[in-house]
Amino acid sequence: MTDPALIWSYLAQGPLLWLTVTLLAYWAGDAASRAAGRRPLVNPVLVAVILLAAVLGATGTPYATYFEGAQFVHFMLGPATVALALPLYANLARVRRAMLPMLAGLLAGSVTAVLSALAIARALGVDGSVLASLAPKSATAPVAIGISERLGGQPTLTAVLVLLTGVIGAIVATPLLNALGIRDWRARGFATGVAAHGIGTARAFQVHETAGAFAGIGMGLNAVLTALIAPAILRLFL
Amino acid sequence: MIPALVILLGFQLAGEVASRALGLPLPGPVLGMVALVIALSLWPALVEVVRPVAQGLLAHLSLLFVPAGVGVVAHLPVLAAEGPAIAVALVGSTVLAIAVGALAFAGVARLTGNTEGEP
Repeated sequence: MTDPALIWSYLAQGPLLWLTVTLLAYWAGDAASRAAGRRPLVNPVLVAVILLAAVLGATGTPYATYFEGAQFVHFMLGPATVALALPLYANLARVRRAMLPMLAGLLAGSVTAVLSALAIARALGVDGSVLASLAPKSATAPVAIGISERLGGQPTLTAVLVLLTGVIGAIVATPLLNALGIRDWRARGFATGVAAHGIGTARAFQVHETAGAFAGIGMGLNAVLTALIAPAILRLFL
Repeated sequence: MIPALVILLGFQLAGEVASRALGLPLPGPVLGMVALVIALSLWPALVEVVRPVAQGLLAHLSLLFVPAGVGVVAHLPVLAAEGPAIAVALVGSTVLAIAVGALAFAGVARLTGNTEGEP
């Protein structure tokens, strides 16, 4: 019978354990979300992150050790970003038909997202790399992480901020847009996708098919625009 | 599956090389995505090659955020100190961005008479 401590020290060194635990935690998060009827507050990623953070804390595992295993999942963000080309291509005809309103919504929403986040945070005393991590938070996670790295932010902090932005967007979108009296499903979905990326898009699909499709387009276009405007807007606040 | 992976990774690779070589602000995968949209419009047959793998990846997109999200454990001190300010910035900017974006879209749609697709 081998000493359990030896088995643990083997497991703690290789990628196998943390890769498996990451998938397990996400599975649990997804099951919790389904059990809660896909309510936006019970987000699978949020649940998985809390579970994993608790496990790392309880076992005294440093994040760097955990990431050795989890990097295989993290790596797939790059190809997944490229794969977003497919839904974007599938909706090209709709993009062309609603070109002007979409451009207006994209520019207004994207600039407002970056500018207001930085202005509010700066006014409340946040600065430096935290601001750079905050700037791309409305873009979809793989892109926001890439932008944050470029800007001198902390990619892991950006990942958390992106996640929270999505959850906030999914919760506020419907009551907010009702209060504003906006009934065009394209406008409702598009603005939600621009401001709250994939999590907002998933929420928009629950509410209305057209809103969901336009949210997906908004998310894809904002990924590109945020990469272009975030560096310039951030410079205003540093 | 292999051709699809080669295409996705190839476009990402080309994007990374172009982004670094030309000093562009766009991250490599975003350039790869833009280039792939162009390639798909030029050769629509590519869609069927890439679709199965792309759909698989996108169906589990949120799983891919988890490892970076767990990085929150390394930022607990920052979040403890600046949490309230960050929370106000996130809620405020998300509400503003949705409101301003939707109003701009709906306003321009009304001005240009572009109301197709409305229920």
